[in-house]
Formats: sequence, structure tokens, C-alpha cells
Amino acid sequence: MTDRDSRISPLPRLLKGVPSQGAMRLAAHVATHGEAPLARGRRKRRGSSALIDLVEQAGLRGRGGAAFPAARKMRSVHDARGRAVVVVNAAEGEPASDKDRMLVRVLPHLVLDGGLLAAQALGADEVIVCVCELESGAIASLQLALAERERSTGGARVRIATVPAGFVSGEESALVNHLNGGPALPTFTPPRPFERGVAQRPTLVNNAETLAHVALIARHGPKWFRELGTDAEPGSTLVTLSGPVEYPGVYEIEPGASLSSLIDAAGGAIAPIRAALLGGYGGSWVAAESPQQLALSSDGLSAHGASLGAGVVALISEQACGVAETARITRWLARQSARQCGPCVNGLDAIAGSLEEVAAGIAPAKARQQIARFAALARGRGACAHPDGAVRFVVSALQLFGEEFSEHASYGHCDGCTRAELPLAAHSRALVSAGR
Amino acid sequence: MTLPIASSGSIDWYLTRSTGAVTLILLTITLALGVADVTRFSSARWPRFVIDSLHRNVSLLAVLFLAIHVLTSILDGFAQIQPIDAVIPFVGSYRPLWLGLGAVALDLMLAVVLTSMLRRRMGYATWRTTHWLAYACWPIALLHGLGTGSDVQSSWLLYLSLGCLALVLTAVLARLASGWPADLGVRAGAAGAAAAFSFGLALWLPAGPLGEHWARRSGTPAALLGGHGAKRPVSR
Amino acid sequence: MSEQLRVNPIACEAHGMCAELLPERITLDEWGYPIIDQEPLSPELLEHARRAAQACPTFALILRRRVR
Repeated sequence: MTDRDSRISPLPRLLKGVPSQGAMRLAAHVATHGEAPLARGRRKRRGSSALIDLVEQAGLRGRGGAAFPAARKMRSVHDARGRAVVVVNAAEGEPASDKDRMLVRVLPHLVLDGGLLAAQALGADEVIVCVCELESGAIASLQLALAERERSTGGARVRIATVPAGFVSGEESALVNHLNGGPALPTFTPPRPFERGVAQRPTLVNNAETLAHVALIARHGPKWFRELGTDAEPGSTLVTLSGPVEYPGVYEIEPGASLSSLIDAAGGAIAPIRAALLGGYGGSWVAAESPQQLALSSDGLSAHGASLGAGVVALISEQACGVAETARITRWLARQSARQCGPCVNGLDAIAGSLEEVAAGIAPAKARQQIARFAALARGRGACAHPDGAVRFVVSALQLFGEEFSEHASYGHCDGCTRAELPLAAHSRALVSAGR
Repeated sequence: MTLPIASSGSIDWYLTRSTGAVTLILLTITLALGVADVTRFSSARWPRFVIDSLHRNVSLLAVLFLAIHVLTSILDGFAQIQPIDAVIPFVGSYRPLWLGLGAVALDLMLAVVLTSMLRRRMGYATWRTTHWLAYACWPIALLHGLGTGSDVQSSWLLYLSLGCLALVLTAVLARLASGWPADLGVRAGAAGAAAAFSFGLALWLPAGPLGEHWARRSGTPAALLGGHGAKRPVSR
Repeated sequence: MSEQLRVNPIACEAHGMCAELLPERITLDEWGYPIIDQEPLSPELLEHARRAAQACPTFALILRRRVR
């Protein structure tokens, strides 16, 4: 592997030239990245698959958490019958993730480029950028960026759609449901959005960061993209680092970088770190005793039963209580359920209840078996992946914090229980860093 | 033989009255089964799918008896009921209000049954909402029976009607008590409506069908009113 | 050509008729929601599976040809 310096120097890519305040204006965007290869004039009816080939060669995977090959999704929409729609998903219902709202707020032109390029490739006439309705800064920034680009949207109409705040609002089918006038709740699939989505048209739903990468791949090509990362995970990726570090925020890393290099880039730890929650609140816990040995890549993390998901790295200190954090987040996850499916509503509520009892020391002797049983009942029996994620989160917590759980079952609350380090308020974090 | 109230004595007249009563009974049972269905009632002898099938089949049987009831009432020439009176309310000459309520009940029943047969095409939410018309259909059918029927003053129809009312009230209360529908305001409203209906009925019955000269007051054409020796049209 | 039973978990309201009509493949969890065993359906069971799908009051139980 190359040493740290040469791994970092081709970075930043997405965050190149990112302003320390405000948004990157169109002129600066073009000066930094060059012009986007957007055709002027009339939209081609059937789109051109040249871009899709580039994305395929680049091996780009979705950055919304599922890591689905981006080119494959684009091709399915391209091949489906009907006029396509592109949806840019910056809804980001995950409280521990900030990258998408940051991109939209600070680098709107990168995101818009990606959306418009995708629209061009698919012959789509509409690009809908979805942002949480509470993100007034991001919405304003987008509106300004659209005004700047008045002349050059390459044939596709761009509009901004606001989405209600909620963990499941950014789920693909929930987003489409909301855009079709329904509630921002997941729907039963099939049909998936690529076949029939917004207004029953084939719909490409892509994470904002994914499309930002598309914008750069279109300019610099797949070989350039693959200069960073691994074969399985090419390119750079944004992560949101939260917890006891000097500068929590969004960082751009190369897959395979170690957790300690990320913590260093964030100014170092301000307290000893106990554990890292990777992938978000549907992700998994990993011990952080040797962060230099923890490689942030799918290979490096799958050995620990974890993955980066939507690029979330949430750290908790030694002072925090893994049991309390888990119980608190699980109860939140239970409340964030769309409440459409019995196994999710009942299962998550039962798990959250059991965890709270364990944390308080009033749990029955067989609490862990009970939780395991509820977990098995909730997994895979909802219309979306929400219960699956919650179950993954809880099961990994029981594994990592096994001792703490046993202690709590016997002695109840500890000093760390009130610390509440994992974030729940989905507010914008002002800090953005380019990975020093 | 002549009766002291308006009647024709033909076979159709008897069939109309009897099938009318049977339809009321079947509708009552259908409603009770529907409530058992939606409140998830089940026991070892009455599994869920049996309750559901029975509910559907009894309702179809009710439609059959209703058809005979309507047909025989038209065939029997005494009250001059036209086919159109069966579906368009209040245009008839014989007790127009009370007969008309029968037409309303029939229309509602048709709506409920037809939408249920076509439920796969209409989407669950739409079907569910239209199905609630059943709760409107039943009391209207009851009032029709009490107002139009010439047997109300004889005990059997009165006790039958009151018995059916008791069963329906029990079913409705059971449904409300089980917590469906979820909105407390809706439940309170429904309970209030059921109570108001029963109370209104208790006040109306002695003054109305059980009172003096009901046949005349309910709109029986003068030519048909009669005591002994009244002229009877020739039955077909 | 094999058929596959699926539940639409959003439409499902835990009426429980499916488990009564096809106990060989469907059991109910403690909250009344169906757990489906995806073992292949024999021809005799297929008839019962069809009936179970038709009996579901909310059309949540779906019998579909296995795509793969």
C-alpha cells in the first residue's frame, strides 16, 4: 500500500477548493473542476449511454448506504420504457450523517452537474433535488445555484423538493411516494422506482454524493477515478466523523485509510475512544482500541461484521455507556418506524423496551434471549430495511458491549448512562474539512 | 277473509311480508358476523376464515331473499308498487316515505355487495370506506319494515324487529369496545348515533306504527284503507 | 415452474386467516403477523395456498410465480 502522504495528496477530489464559508459559486466551480460535458440544445430523446459506460468502467458504487453499482442502476432506468426522471437524494434522514446536506449547501454545482449529466444520459427531462424541509441553508444555496445556471441546464428542468424530516423519509420508495403526492413512507415493492417511480415513470434515485462523483468521472474519466481506492471500492468517499475529536465533520477519504488517520485528520481525539459505530444507526459497532488497525473499507470492516454504509463514523468515548447509547438510539429507531408493518412496529418496540429494562437493571434473566428472539422476528419482515438495520445495530451492540450489558442487568444504571454522545438532532454541522 | 287493516290476502302478499322479515334477520346476522370479522373474533369451532366466509355467504342469501321480497311486492297488485319504487325512493303511491326507505336500503345494500364483489379492482381503502354504508343500511331497513309492514301491530314482527335491534346494538357496542376504529371521537359519535337511534325508536313506536290509524297516517292510499267489506282488487 | 408466497407487510393487518388455511407453510408470530416458510409448494398445497391468498381480507398475501 502506498504511504499516507501519497494516499492523501490526490485528495481532495469532491472537496477540492471547498470554501471555508458559504457555497462555491459557479465561477469558482468551473475554475476548480472545469466545465461539465453537458450538451447544450435539445435533449436527446433516448439519452446516450456513453456516460453509463464511463461510470461502469469507473466501478462507482452508490454512496447512499447500499453500495449498489451505480452504472447498473442507471442502465436499468435507461432500458426501462418511458421518459425517465432523475431524483437526487439529499434527504439524509440519518442524524449521524452530514455529507449530503453539506454537498448541497456548499457544493451545489457539483451535485447539479451530476444530476444533469445523469439526466442527459437517460434522456430524462426532469431532475428533482430532494432536501430535508428543515435545511433552509441547503435550500437557499440550491436556489442560488440554480439561478446562476439559468442558461446552461442542458435541456432538463431542475426543481427542488422538500421532504419531511424522518429516518425513513430518504428511503428510495418513500422518496418516490412523497414526490407522487403520498406520505414520505416506504411502499411495497415491486415495482421498484427504476421501473415505475415518479409519475409512474422510470426513476433514477441516486444519493447526492454518488452524483457528485459522476460529475467528476464525466470530466476526468474512469482511469482517474480508479487511481484512488481499491478494485472493489474505487474512488474517494465522504465520511461524517462525530464524537470526541477536535474537529468533527465531513471528511473525504480513500477507502482503506485507517480509522486513526481519519481521527488525526480531524485534529486528534480529545478523549480516549471506546468504540466506533460504523454505517449509521442501522450499522454495526466496532471496538476502537486499535484504530490504526481498523481499515475503513468494505474488506477491512467486513472482518468485523461492519461496513461504512453512508459513510458514518460515530465515535463514543470511554466515559460513555454503550448500553445506554444503544437503548436510547434503539428507542429512537422504534419511534422512527413508518408504522406500516406489524413486525417492525411490534418488534422494535419490544427490543427497545427490553434494552431499557436491561439498562435500568430491571430486566428478566433471559433478557438477551428475548432480544435475540425479537430481533429474529423483526428482521426481513418489513417493507423496507429499517427493522433490519435496527436489528443489526442491536445485535452488534450486544456482542461488543457484552460485559457492560451483564453489569447493567445486575446493577442498573452507571455513571456513563447520562452522557448521550451519539447525535440525534439532525442539525447541520458547520465544519467541513478537506482531509489534511 | 278480510283483516281490519289494509291487505290483499294473496300469496304474494304473504311472501312479501315473510321474505321481508327473513331479509331483516339475515341482514342482522350479516352485520353481527361482520363485526365478529373485523374484531378478529375466533374460537376453536369458529376459525377466522369460517366467520369471514359466513359473513359473505349470509349477505348473498340476504340479497336473494331481498330479491324475492321486492319481486313479490311488485307482483302483488294490492299496493300498486311499481318496479321503479324498488330503487328510486319516495316516488310510490303506497306509504311513500316508508316504502322509499326500503328503496334506500336496497340501494345501499347493492352498493355494499357490488363493491365487495369488485373489491380487488378498487383498492382496499376505497372498499373499506364504502363498506361502512352497511351501518347506514341496517337501521333504514328496520325503519322500512316497521313503517311499511302491516304486521307491526301483531307481536311477532315487533318482537322480531326488537330482537334484531338488540343483536345489532350488541354487535355495534362490541365493535366500539374493541377499540376499532381508532379515533375516539369517531367511536363516541357512533355510540351516540346508536343510542339516539334506539331512543328515537322507543319514542316513535308507540306514537307511530303501534298507535292509532297508522295505516292512514303512513300514507296508505285512501282507496286501500278499509275495514270489513272493503273492495279487494282481483289478485292475479 | 414454482409459485412463491409473499406477504405485503404494509397491507397485512394480522387477520390471521392465511395461517388457518395453510398451516403447513404459514405460522403467526406473537403479534398475529404471518411468518412464511419458503419451502416449495406441492401441487396439493398449491390449491390451499391459492385459497389462502383469496381469503386475505386486505389482499396482503400474494401468490406469484418464482421469478428466478
